[in-house]
Amino acid sequence: MGAFLAKRFLGVLPVIFGVSIVIFLLVQLAPGDTATVLLGPQATEAAKEELRRALGLDRPLAVQYFQWLGRVLTGDFGTSIATQIPVLDLVLPRFVNTLILTAASLLLAIVLGYGIGFFTALRANSLFDRIATSCMLMAGSAPPFWLGLVLVLVFAIDLGWFPVSGMEDFAGDGGTMDLLHHLVLPAVTTALGPAAIIARIVRSGILDVLGRAHVRVARSKGLQRRDLLRRHVILNALPPIVTITGLQLGYLLGGALLTEVVFAWPGLGSLLYDSITARDLPVLQAATLLIALAFVLANIAVDAINAMLDPRLREI
Amino acid sequence: MTAPDLHPHTDRPRPASVTPMSLQGGVPPAQRAWRLKSFARDRAALAAAIFLVVIAVAVVFAPVLSAYTPDEADNLARNAPMGTAGHLLGTDQQGRDMLARLLYGGRVSLIVGVVPTIVAGLIGLLLGVLAGFFRGLADQIIMRCLDVIFAFPMVLLAIAIAGAMRPGVLTEVIAITVVLIPYFARLARTATDGVMPMPFIEAARAAGGSSFTILTRYVLPNVFSPVVVYATTLMGLMIVVGSGLSFLGLGVQPPTADWGAMVADGRVVLRKAPHVTVLPGLLILVVSLAFNFIGDGIRDALDPRTIRR
Repeated sequence: MGAFLAKRFLGVLPVIFGVSIVIFLLVQLAPGDTATVLLGPQATEAAKEELRRALGLDRPLAVQYFQWLGRVLTGDFGTSIATQIPVLDLVLPRFVNTLILTAASLLLAIVLGYGIGFFTALRANSLFDRIATSCMLMAGSAPPFWLGLVLVLVFAIDLGWFPVSGMEDFAGDGGTMDLLHHLVLPAVTTALGPAAIIARIVRSGILDVLGRAHVRVARSKGLQRRDLLRRHVILNALPPIVTITGLQLGYLLGGALLTEVVFAWPGLGSLLYDSITARDLPVLQAATLLIALAFVLANIAVDAINAMLDPRLREI
Repeated sequence: MTAPDLHPHTDRPRPASVTPMSLQGGVPPAQRAWRLKSFARDRAALAAAIFLVVIAVAVVFAPVLSAYTPDEADNLARNAPMGTAGHLLGTDQQGRDMLARLLYGGRVSLIVGVVPTIVAGLIGLLLGVLAGFFRGLADQIIMRCLDVIFAFPMVLLAIAIAGAMRPGVLTEVIAITVVLIPYFARLARTATDGVMPMPFIEAARAAGGSSFTILTRYVLPNVFSPVVVYATTLMGLMIVVGSGLSFLGLGVQPPTADWGAMVADGRVVLRKAPHVTVLPGLLILVVSLAFNFIGDGIRDALDPRTIRR
């Protein structure tokens, strides 16, 4: 397993290098001149020239990139244009909040997806199956930001069960229960889409295995339903399902970014939104890089889980 | 519904799924007719296709169907609920007719979902086929570059690209196109791999066919149909992603309407006038669902392995 992980990490290094190039180039996409953006439209030409030299903006692009990379590797993402706070101090606490939301959503997506997928497969083509499958299909096609607003409308405004937005109640004394209370709606919003896809895959995976010869043999030998499912169906259906679940991570992270904006969840998504509104490019770069890195690491973790489940994959 | 071989949300095309098209060159007319019939028998797909045609016609003929322009504000009828006389679907917080805004806004939303998918499909098809046909260095360079884009969650990269550029419909289209290209390229690359060892390619080579002839006459037609199927399934998701970018304010700028931006507008009056938020989102949902049904229908019709349960 150690060798497998080492190989995966080495293989991912060039990709991370490429990711850093893309993120560096993002700033080049921005309209207007960086010095003007930083100093404001009233700045004199001489002052702009001075700043350009100080920031190295007069050098060739490749030189600028390696200078930027050198700074980023030491954790220096520059200073936020909007708030004048070092970008890293701004980004790290937000990153933790995004991880909380993403982890909760992933857990919920897995529980919902596997649960619904499993039970709809066992009662395939029943009324329950039809209703659950249609509901999940709708949830999977709904835009997450809109789903969030509908949930707010029903469960926060009409029923008053959950808070409308934020991560903690400033009037109360905070704590885990308060966090969980605030977490429910954003997590459900983010989880429903991926849960729908997982449920679909689990359902068809289980149905596929149920139709195979070894299951028929086991059944004709008089094996009890529970043992049959546990020993012959679930384990065989699992590996492709884990892969698909892993592939939901990207979708989940993307959804979480939008959900954060809807619920004013203080994570990287709402920071990204603020930085775009304020044209705060260093913050945009840092937030994008952190999420991309987390995504790459999560993908390696999924590969590792798959390799644990299926020893054949460790050879690669 | 059968197991999706290739689902837009699963991020990556699975290699086993890219051989739905018969690989023996062209499709005999009888088989083509059978496929059309098979698609028509799929009631969900057929209904979805009809629904989308109705929506498309409605947004094109928006000026005929609506008595109002989308930016025309009726100050005396702000936040009017659905069913108000003169405003069938009510008005928004500025007193603008919801039906008019939904119809005109649908133009932008449909363009943002459909155009980038087609453009990215063509570029990705070309890149993937070239990589799979020529192999070697070109293949390495193309596929490694695409790996970098794959390292980002799709929505994140689209937001970052659009966020760095000046907001607008073109920005949205460019951002979505860029993030979609690798998905198509990888699919086309795998499909090309499936076609290259076929006897008819060898025969074409032996007959003295040039690389260009083999590419255009034998490889492209066989790779084309999985790409079309994938594009149809992706359009639904792209309507959602595009409206997400508009929701964040990265697309059309006020007062122009589009469904994502309308959802964002409605947030301030969520308590008072929920229909302003709910209606455009519902449309995004139904249209995206319709595209998914059509994608499933086309895939099932093209895939001879499909067994209807």
